[in-house]
Amino acid sequence: MKDLSYKAIMERKNDIMKQSVGIDYSIFEYGKVAFNYEKMMKQVSYSMDEMQTIQRETKVGNTPLFEVKNINNLIRKYSAKGKGARIFVKDEAANASGSFKARRAAISVYHAKQKGFKGVIAATSGNYGAAVASQATQRGLKCIIVQEVYDSNKKGQPEIIEKARKCEAFGAEVIQLTVGPELFYTVLRLIEETGYFNASLYTPFGIAGVETLGYEIAKQMIGLEGKYPDAVVATHAGGGNLTGTARGLIHAGAKNCKVIGASVDLSGLHMASDNDFNRKSFTTGHTGFGIPFATWPDRTDVPRNAARVLRYMDKYVTVTQGDVFYVTELLAQVEGIERGPAGNVSLAAAIALAKEMYEDQIIVVQETEYTGAGKHPIPQLTFAKKNGIEITRGNPQKNIPGKTIVLPMNIGQINSEDMDLFKLKKTYIKNFAKRYDLNGLGEDDITYIAEDVNLPESIVIEMLKEYN
Amino acid sequence: MKSATKNNWVEIENVILTASERAPQVPNDTKKTPLVMWTKGFLIDEHAEIGDIVSIKTLSDRITSGKLVTISPKFGHDFGEPVHELLEIGMEVKKEVNN
Repeated sequence: MKDLSYKAIMERKNDIMKQSVGIDYSIFEYGKVAFNYEKMMKQVSYSMDEMQTIQRETKVGNTPLFEVKNINNLIRKYSAKGKGARIFVKDEAANASGSFKARRAAISVYHAKQKGFKGVIAATSGNYGAAVASQATQRGLKCIIVQEVYDSNKKGQPEIIEKARKCEAFGAEVIQLTVGPELFYTVLRLIEETGYFNASLYTPFGIAGVETLGYEIAKQMIGLEGKYPDAVVATHAGGGNLTGTARGLIHAGAKNCKVIGASVDLSGLHMASDNDFNRKSFTTGHTGFGIPFATWPDRTDVPRNAARVLRYMDKYVTVTQGDVFYVTELLAQVEGIERGPAGNVSLAAAIALAKEMYEDQIIVVQETEYTGAGKHPIPQLTFAKKNGIEITRGNPQKNIPGKTIVLPMNIGQINSEDMDLFKLKKTYIKNFAKRYDLNGLGEDDITYIAEDVNLPESIVIEMLKEYN
Repeated sequence: MKSATKNNWVEIENVILTASERAPQVPNDTKKTPLVMWTKGFLIDEHAEIGDIVSIKTLSDRITSGKLVTISPKFGHDFGEPVHELLEIGMEVKKEVNN
């Protein structure tokens, strides 16, 4: 009988993971710290054509892209003369399971099936759970989803509880836990027990699956407007959404399109805190994931994270919880489509950015998500009020995560905050210095680091000196 | 309902880590609490009371055991209570769009 204690399982971590994702990451490693990211993406995953075929088989992709004309008219009212870019929205809620996460799940689950796994496991409190469950049932695989959902009083975020319901609707087993990073231990134990495929969000399959999204946007924009978009906004949390979309845009030839990351500002709240857990209204797409994953991608359940946003992000902005609830209501009230708040983070950012862009420019919001009980502004704000959060109207800059949610009076008050991207890149280098002995780094290693933060090698060398 | 019979849909609870076993990186408030796990499935035991250690068969056909905590666990999430601030927004933006 194997030792199932926390310590014993964590010690077997590497072996368990290797078997359950079936990737030998060491073959892509070279130099002292470097690894060949492009080679990994190319060799491990599937081609664009293959992925489109795989996704088409399971009701994923080819989602509509439409202009939000009423919102765009409003933006013009609040923009300086000649300003006010047009926003187009990619309606990813149309995928099986109701979010872009179906793209990631489609490739992972297909691969699991090809490799002969009998089931899949994913650790997620987000839409990815429902996506894996939906794909698994279509491919005839069993599915277990592990969620972090409750505080120590067994009070759960309504949004996460809804996602548990949806997973069960597709026949998946849902395992629910209280707050804490040791969720990973539970996942490892289950993987070992079942021998299932780990449908991690961060394998090359999980990231490459999103490339079709960026690719579709580029092609659809050409069809609609005869040109590529000037900018695409992607909600950034773990990094897969932005990385995959950017890679897809590049693959399609939209190389000059700016890729902008957006997160909800949850500064000051600790993500693993029992007290803070239910004081936030967004369970993903926020800075609590966005910043750590940007500044150190390799903090996941796989040795090398395929989501590496600093390679692709041209700009990173934050919006407030109040901004996102406001635009979710706006989308329903003037555009006639109800979508989930978490999927509208990038819409809030796009409205802020469109006001500063020129009127002949186009900015694409690359996702929406399904909505329903619990996953909707009304239950989420009801829940916030019950947890002592003050809900008011006014300048959203007065939002204080965990204390207040201020809904703007109009879109004139929706302004995104620019994160200092250079500073984030510096933090990445600092994190690098913390984990590795920098003595003896070769040219190959420097080139790798420079690519990973998208900075010239000379600057990287200076930064490394500073932190050595 | 305090007692369940074979094949009832139930929820079981397991303490994965006690408060003193929590991982070192966990914040102090969380460290005071155990890591608890809930799993749902069909009861395998012929008869059980709340609090009994029971076995269940889950939706993925897995057999597992733990303390019986809920019989017929329901999803209680809903569409919330009217939020006045949101109702106002609807009225305002429609007016703005139509002017």
